[in-house]
Amino acid sequence: MSTDRHIVLEDVRKAFGPKHVLNGVTVDVERGKSLVVIGGSGTGKSVMLKCILGLLDPDSGSIKIDDREVVGLRGSDRDAVMAKMGMLFQGAALFDSLTVWENVAFGLIQGKKMNRKDAKEIAIQKLGQVGLGAEVGELSPAELSGGMQKRVGLARAIAADPDIIFFDEPTTGLDPIMGDVINDLIVHTVQELGATTVSITHDMTSARKIADKIAMIYKGEMIWHGDAKDVDESGSDYVEQFIHGSADGPIQMEVLKP
Amino acid sequence: MWNNGGLSPLNFLAVIGQVVLAAFADVGRLSQFLYNSVMHCILPPIYPRLIFEQMVRIGYNSLPVVGLTAFFTGGVLALQIFIGGSRFNAESLVSSIVALGITRELGPVLAGLMVAGRVSAAIAAEIGTMRVTEQIDALVTLSTNPFKYLVAPRLIAALVTLPLLVVVADTIGIMGGYIVGTRSLGFNSGVYIKNTVDFIEFIDIFSGLAKSAVFGFIIALMGCYHGFYSRGGAQGVGRATTNAVVTASILILAANYVMTSLLFTE
Repeated sequence: MSTDRHIVLEDVRKAFGPKHVLNGVTVDVERGKSLVVIGGSGTGKSVMLKCILGLLDPDSGSIKIDDREVVGLRGSDRDAVMAKMGMLFQGAALFDSLTVWENVAFGLIQGKKMNRKDAKEIAIQKLGQVGLGAEVGELSPAELSGGMQKRVGLARAIAADPDIIFFDEPTTGLDPIMGDVINDLIVHTVQELGATTVSITHDMTSARKIADKIAMIYKGEMIWHGDAKDVDESGSDYVEQFIHGSADGPIQMEVLKP
Repeated sequence: MWNNGGLSPLNFLAVIGQVVLAAFADVGRLSQFLYNSVMHCILPPIYPRLIFEQMVRIGYNSLPVVGLTAFFTGGVLALQIFIGGSRFNAESLVSSIVALGITRELGPVLAGLMVAGRVSAAIAAEIGTMRVTEQIDALVTLSTNPFKYLVAPRLIAALVTLPLLVVVADTIGIMGGYIVGTRSLGFNSGVYIKNTVDFIEFIDIFSGLAKSAVFGFIIALMGCYHGFYSRGGAQGVGRATTNAVVTASILILAANYVMTSLLFTE
């Protein structure tokens, strides 16, 4: 049913000069479900995410959110779409010049024009949801560890109760335990919000934990798409090689061999 | 014989073509950036708190460097005019020429160049770091336009603050000349001040302030532009910082010539 499809990408293409990064990506995400896109470095995962977010304009193809075409949207139309979205960046991308609570409340104050007092209350509440106390809110991002920054980034992503949340490598750079903590937080908060999520990751442990569906991108194309529980029986040599992290297989890294 | 590694005529033409195309692309990108920046300075919403913060950073924090530069420049100017003027008995012109030189040229230009070095670099480094750490992308995802939030407050603050800094620079520069003139060169204090006040006209001060407003705009624009388009991590931010200071300084000197021509040529 088309109404169940929250995000739909059809034949999305993007090139930077002669380099074709997305070669006709087609994928969809059902409402309230979690799609994890796996794939090696430089295969187009981040570019795909940026195209959905409107940070990049695709050269061709269609991206629909809630059955509405979002490619080329500008001004208040774009703002209306952005208001439905939250994003956790790979490096958290917290604003250095603001305190932690101001970072979490940023979208509420700037985007939704909420007054600072109310926004601070919500920020403290969201920090609590990701396991951080109110006292952390008064610190600056530079005073936090990598894991805490990721949690603050997650709190910022969910602060405005978005319908759609994007996660860019949510566990990269974290130790396995902190990575699992972040995965649990993602699963828990997303279930609470009932949000649709799209994540990109190299981390198969993370993918298995947070995904309802998994898609694999290779050389700018979706080469496999299915339920997360089926990823071990995908029947694709590419997926097999990737999930086992093997150097041998159809995916050949472009490295100079001695 | 031309080999593949040599500079054949076709390769040479290709290189020229690439340079020209890159230059046009840069001019186009800068024009678009300028248009977006100006529109976001004019159209609401405006963020007064951010503008005030930037005014403090650009103006108040630049006072020591601008004040010291102006003071020593005024003193040196008085000495040089006295030494040069003594060759044809024109020592009495020291106060007038110091006032004229400081208000018309040295105040705005030296303040502009000093602030370009200090502020343009800081803006480029800050916005460049925000770019490479995805903070600018984060702004967009939080329904905030980076031009409105980052660029417009800096442009407005620099446009307003530079003339105020130049008023201070003019005053301190003339005072530097006065101190050297009265303490080292034997001028009478009252006569020095009277000559200064009598000689300065409105256009002298106005031209300096008008120039400084343009210089302020250039300083913030170059800092924001190079920071906004920085790429490639720490090295890219370093390159953006250097480019911001160099282009701002050159544009200030070029704009100074153009504005002097417009304001003082009959």
